[in-house]
Amino acid sequence: MSTQPPGIWLTSAEHLARWLRKTSIWPLTMGLACCSIEMISYGGPRVDAARWGQEVFRASPRQADLMIVSGRLSQKMAPVVRRLYDQMPEPKWVIALGACASSGGIFNNYALVQGCDHVVPVDIYVPGCPPRPDQLVDAVFKLRQLIATGADGKGAIK
Amino acid sequence: MSTEPQSDAKPARRSGVSAAAIAAAEAADTLRVTYIGETSGVWGPGSGSGDVSGFDGLKGVVELPPQSRPPYGSWFDEAIAEINSEVGAAVSRVFVHRGELTLFTSTTRLSELMRLLRDDAHLRFEVCVSVSGVHYPEQSGSELHVIYELLSITHNRRLRVEVAVPERDPQVPSVTATYPMANYHERETYDMFGIIFDGHPSLTRILMPDDWIGHPLRKDYGLGGVPVRFDGAEVPPPDQRRSYLL
Repeated sequence: MSTQPPGIWLTSAEHLARWLRKTSIWPLTMGLACCSIEMISYGGPRVDAARWGQEVFRASPRQADLMIVSGRLSQKMAPVVRRLYDQMPEPKWVIALGACASSGGIFNNYALVQGCDHVVPVDIYVPGCPPRPDQLVDAVFKLRQLIATGADGKGAIK
Repeated sequence: MSTEPQSDAKPARRSGVSAAAIAAAEAADTLRVTYIGETSGVWGPGSGSGDVSGFDGLKGVVELPPQSRPPYGSWFDEAIAEINSEVGAAVSRVFVHRGELTLFTSTTRLSELMRLLRDDAHLRFEVCVSVSGVHYPEQSGSELHVIYELLSITHNRRLRVEVAVPERDPQVPSVTATYPMANYHERETYDMFGIIFDGHPSLTRILMPDDWIGHPLRKDYGLGGVPVRFDGAEVPPPDQRRSYLL
C-alpha cells in the first residue's frame, strides 16, 4: 500500500489489508546456526507459531514474507542471504534473531559478518544467545504491531 | 636469536630458537625433544600488562616429541614391521605417545604408504577420518604439516600419518585416489593453511569465500576482527581489547 493518506473511503480497505498481512506472515527458513534450533522450537508444539498464522515456514523466498535470520552470518553466506532477501516479494520484513545475527555476537573474526544488518535491512533485533522461543514470540508480536500501524518493510521502523 | 612474528597483529607472542639450531638438534639426536619455541600471552600486543584475568600470563612450550625407540608396544610393532617390509624406508620417524601411533613420512613416499595402509590385509585402514594441517613458523624448511588420521574398522585400530612441507613450496600429493573421503578435508586444509594437494580433483576454497586472500589458520594470520559500533560505545575486536595503557 502507498504511504500517502488513503482517503476516507479507502481507510477500511487499508486496515483490512494490514490485518491480512499481519495474521498470515509466512517465515522464510534462514536458520544459520544455533539460533535456528530456537526458531524450530518456536514452530514446534510447545510454542506454536501456527496459533498466529505462521505454521508454514517456506523454503522458497518467493513465497515468504518474513526472513528470520537466526545464527552466525559468515562472509561466505552473506551474498546468499542478500540474494534471498532480494528474491522475496514486497512487503517483506526481517527479524535478526540472536546476538550473532544482530551484531556478531561473541564472535569478532575473519569469518563472520558483524550483524546481518550489514547485508539486509532489519526490522526487529532479538538479543540473546540463544533467545528463548518466547522472546521470538515477543518480537513477532511487536512486528505485527508495526505492520498494523503501517510499516511496509525495508527496515523502515528502527 | 629469536624469530620475530611476521605481522604485529598476532594472537599470542612466540619466541623461538633459530632454524639452524632446530635442524641441528633434529639431525644430531632424534630421540630428544626438539624445542621449537614458547608461546606466552593470550591477548594481542595491545594488552601490555593491563590484563587482570591472569590469562595473559599463560606460557606454553611448543616442541616436537622425541622419536620413539622400538619396541613400541601393543600392535604397533607388527604394523611397522609390515610397513617396512613392504615399502622400505617410507616411514622416517615413529612417535608413540599416550597409546597413539604417529608415522612421519615424506611427500615422495606418501601415496604408496597410504595405498599400503589401505590395502594390506594386516593393516586395512579403510577410513581416512580427517586430513588437517599444522603450522610451525619457526621450523624453517618444514613449516606446514599435514596430519592424516586413519581408522581400521577391521582391526579396530587408529593411526596417524604426518607429512611436513616448506611454506615456499607447500605441495603434497593428494590421497583422494586412495581415500575419496579426504576430498573435502583436503579442500579445507588448503583453504586454512595454503597447502596444495597435487592430483586433487577440484582444489578450491571450501570455508572462506572463493576470492578470499590469505590462509586464516596460519600463525601469522591475524584474528581479523573489526570494531563494532553500538549505541554510545564502540567495542574493539578481542585481540585489541584490555589495554589499560594510555
